[in-house]
Amino acid sequence: MRNTVSTSLTNQKLQCPTMQFMLLFSRQGKLRLQKWYVPLSDKEKKKITRELVQTVLARKPKMCSFLEWRDLKIVYKRYASLYFCCAIEDQDNELITLEIIHRYVELLDKYFGSVCELDIIFNFEKAYFILDEFLLGGEAQETSKKNVLKAIEQADLLQEIRGVPLYLQKPPEDLQVSREDLLSNTTNNRT
Amino acid sequence: MPAVSKGDGMRGLAVFISDIRNCKSKEAEIKRINKELANIRSKFKGDKALDGYSKKKYVCKLLFIFLLGHDIDFGHMEAVNLLSSNNMMGVNWTLGYLFISVLVNSNSELIRLINNAIKNDLSSRNPTFMCLALHCIANVGSREMAEAFASEIPRILVAGDTMDSVKQSAALCLLRLYKTSPDLVLMGEWTSRVVHLLNDQHMIVSSASTDLQDYTYYFVPAPWLSCKLLRLLQCYPPPEDGAVKGRLVECLETILNKAQEPPKSKKVQHSNAKNAILFEAISLIIHYDSEPNLLVRACNQLGQFLQHRETNLRYLALESMCTLASSEFSHEAVKTHIETVINALKTERDVSVRQRAADLLYAMCDRSNAKQIVAEMLSYLETADYSIREEMVLKVAILAEKYAVDYSWYVDTILNLIRIAGDYVSEEVWYRVIQIVINRDDVQGYAAKTVFEALQAPACHENMVKVGGYILGEFGNLIAGDPRSSPLVQFNLLHSKFHLCSVPTRALLLSAYIKFINLFPETKATIQEVLRCDSQIRNSDVELQQRAVEYLKLSSIASTDVLATVLEEMPPFPERESSILAKLKKKKGPGAVSVTELEDNKREGGELNGGGDRGPDTAAIASSNASTPSPSADLLGIRSAAPIGAAPANAGSLLVDVFSEAGPAAPSAAVNDDGFLSSAPPSEDPAPPLSEADELLNNWPKLNVQTKPVEPLVEGGAQIQQVLNIECLTDFSDAPLLNIKFRPQQEAQKIFKANHSMDTEVLKAKLLGLGTALLDNVDPNPENYVCAGVIQTKGQQVGCLLRLEPNAQAQMYRLTLRCSKDSVSRRLCELLAEQF
Repeated sequence: MRNTVSTSLTNQKLQCPTMQFMLLFSRQGKLRLQKWYVPLSDKEKKKITRELVQTVLARKPKMCSFLEWRDLKIVYKRYASLYFCCAIEDQDNELITLEIIHRYVELLDKYFGSVCELDIIFNFEKAYFILDEFLLGGEAQETSKKNVLKAIEQADLLQEIRGVPLYLQKPPEDLQVSREDLLSNTTNNRT
Repeated sequence: MPAVSKGDGMRGLAVFISDIRNCKSKEAEIKRINKELANIRSKFKGDKALDGYSKKKYVCKLLFIFLLGHDIDFGHMEAVNLLSSNNMMGVNWTLGYLFISVLVNSNSELIRLINNAIKNDLSSRNPTFMCLALHCIANVGSREMAEAFASEIPRILVAGDTMDSVKQSAALCLLRLYKTSPDLVLMGEWTSRVVHLLNDQHMIVSSASTDLQDYTYYFVPAPWLSCKLLRLLQCYPPPEDGAVKGRLVECLETILNKAQEPPKSKKVQHSNAKNAILFEAISLIIHYDSEPNLLVRACNQLGQFLQHRETNLRYLALESMCTLASSEFSHEAVKTHIETVINALKTERDVSVRQRAADLLYAMCDRSNAKQIVAEMLSYLETADYSIREEMVLKVAILAEKYAVDYSWYVDTILNLIRIAGDYVSEEVWYRVIQIVINRDDVQGYAAKTVFEALQAPACHENMVKVGGYILGEFGNLIAGDPRSSPLVQFNLLHSKFHLCSVPTRALLLSAYIKFINLFPETKATIQEVLRCDSQIRNSDVELQQRAVEYLKLSSIASTDVLATVLEEMPPFPERESSILAKLKKKKGPGAVSVTELEDNKREGGELNGGGDRGPDTAAIASSNASTPSPSADLLGIRSAAPIGAAPANAGSLLVDVFSEAGPAAPSAAVNDDGFLSSAPPSEDPAPPLSEADELLNNWPKLNVQTKPVEPLVEGGAQIQQVLNIECLTDFSDAPLLNIKFRPQQEAQKIFKANHSMDTEVLKAKLLGLGTALLDNVDPNPENYVCAGVIQTKGQQVGCLLRLEPNAQAQMYRLTLRCSKDSVSRRLCELLAEQF
């Protein structure tokens, strides 16, 4: 929603906590999607993933969706064969994070039409695009389902030549040139 | 939105993913991946220029491989090329961004390369491109990114012609950069204009340019926004303007009222979204901490959740109540839920919920309910998850001390702690109980009696032995009147534990023994006998050896008066903040003990224990050692304080005086006359530490040799340096001989299938038939058999310990033998393995 933008912006001066990362993994512990909102080394990411997947998979079905892990709070939920797992900071709201997960699942579902794990495996790049439209830098950017899907639709259209804006519809060899021209033009306009 | 056909266009990718999924084993998967990597590498390196589709396909494959958890060390350049590719497939470019976001974030050189592409997109004025570029900046979020774009993004954010969707991205992107590099994002000049956006965008919403229905989530209007706003308010102090404050309180009341309304949907999403706002509102109420009415209402609401069927809500209610307990307005209201919380501690099936319950009990504890809460936490400890035991122990120790009305209760509690969770009782905890007993003479007799009783358990924790040794050494006289705890009984009880203890504990016990000699002259002969035996006076551990030698000398040379002065009762410890509290703070971070601090402020006067400035920490003990003229002053600082061995060199120390009485050469004579350094003991040396590398010095009276202690254990293949200070005392002609020995492993073990019946009675008969004594209640596992015996030959005696661990299910045994002679262990193990 529009307003979230400005509130988070004001929050930044006060070091408002936020989501650290999101992981999707299967019941067998296979990682399906990973999104990191904090800069970490690959080694560290792997270590965290390994530990967390183990911890979450070891939990029984009726247990609560939150757990303390290192100095973070983990919020996770299982949807069919997939676990969605978010790490948030101490001050963050667990329930609203749980609903962020749900909204993301809804978005995937709407986009793929009854989404299943296979959709995410075979179209993982789409799953990433949808997540990026929904969350940016660990904050909910756009919580309206309609608006997120509209943005994805627009990005999808770019794949079709017909959908590419007119100025891009030039023979391939010219594209580089034309894009550069366009961009340098706008830069000039601004300055 | 039309459903997307699966595999959308990229057949090669779909085939590859299917291949991977069909792999039967990890090895097959790796093989397939390596094949693919080789293929992609050759394609990228090949002379033939790849078309956009292929590039896209291969980059996608690389991404997939990376996401499987494999390392990708190439393809980055190709991804960057996608960004500036001369084909018109826009998706390549989104893919290029995706690849970079996922993979590149630590590779700064590449980031510089892609910065140019991003710059172009940012100035393209095409909202889709701009958003993609902003997403990429936010996703990578590195310092390089911040350096390149921190000044550009605020401009986009406040520019009048920027589309709303781009503004959203720009704002969050800026937030991300601010978090990574606050120094680079200089908001000063922008702040007022950004705050202006707040009003502006309210207008956008209220003018309904967007369909508001979209932001209602399961009948809850804009839950994310509501939470954000409530969180935002928590960044500021309560408003001072009465009208504004009144309006805010009204809003908070409305939220509390809404929580009572019947749900508009049975879906869990509805209640989650609604309660997310409620919990955020409660956080704000606690943050303000000025509206008693709201605080109590919040507490009542959470009280309802404590018994909710949703585990999540029970967890959150316990968590949130913890902070409510620290407010003076709601502390009492929280306390009314004590039974429910205790019940949660006992019955919740999820350990993380139980942990919350334990935290809440700690937070709500005060003098009125301390006994009940401490008792419940103690009984929880017996079954508590291992990961949280240490913290629980610290909390119990703190509560027990803080709310002790009578100190016998405190002593009981700490001894119970050691009994139940001895392994998790840190030094701070048992130091503390000793400090308190020493500082309070009203509890000393009780402490001596209780610890004496506790030590009578057949298996008691080493920490109990430490506390027992110290307390009986100081105050054993207070219970010596009773023939059941006469001095000799006390000594024998302590000494029966001696051989099972580690070196530091043994050192402490030796100090306790010398104190016994002072307290009870009738024990002198017995104790001297113990000190004189080889296992003490020739102990391989230099600390133990030194103590044994010096205490023996002290007891035989010093007059009763000198002894009494040297071994005087410990002076009271200076009173400082409890080190346990400091430790818990360190463990949990600030805020974890806020309740305790609050209590300190509010109830200081009434507290038996006063405030937090009581009692020494470890450093205090050490410093008191330095100033106390007693050779046993380091009872507590066994390892950290200067070893007793240093005492003779310490001018002013009474120990030196004692030796001086015996003659000027006494210090070195004391070392040499006994001969414990002058010749290497025979290999049958019964010193107990096993598998230690031990160095024995062939020392002469002509040389003064000093060694720095080293780790008792040398790992295989490791090197250890030991410094020897050798001082020539007088002239000599024979070459000195340095003899270094390593103590071999004295334990032998064998695991084998049962050859005969595993019947208990048969086994017992067999073990007794060996001539060993069968020891009950020694092993924590009652299924195991533990035996001890001595093999006597004309020339030597070999002590043997045996443990037989049957596994009835597997029809297997594990047999362990430990003898004072290595060869005997091995042979016995072989022989006996055939018998069972």
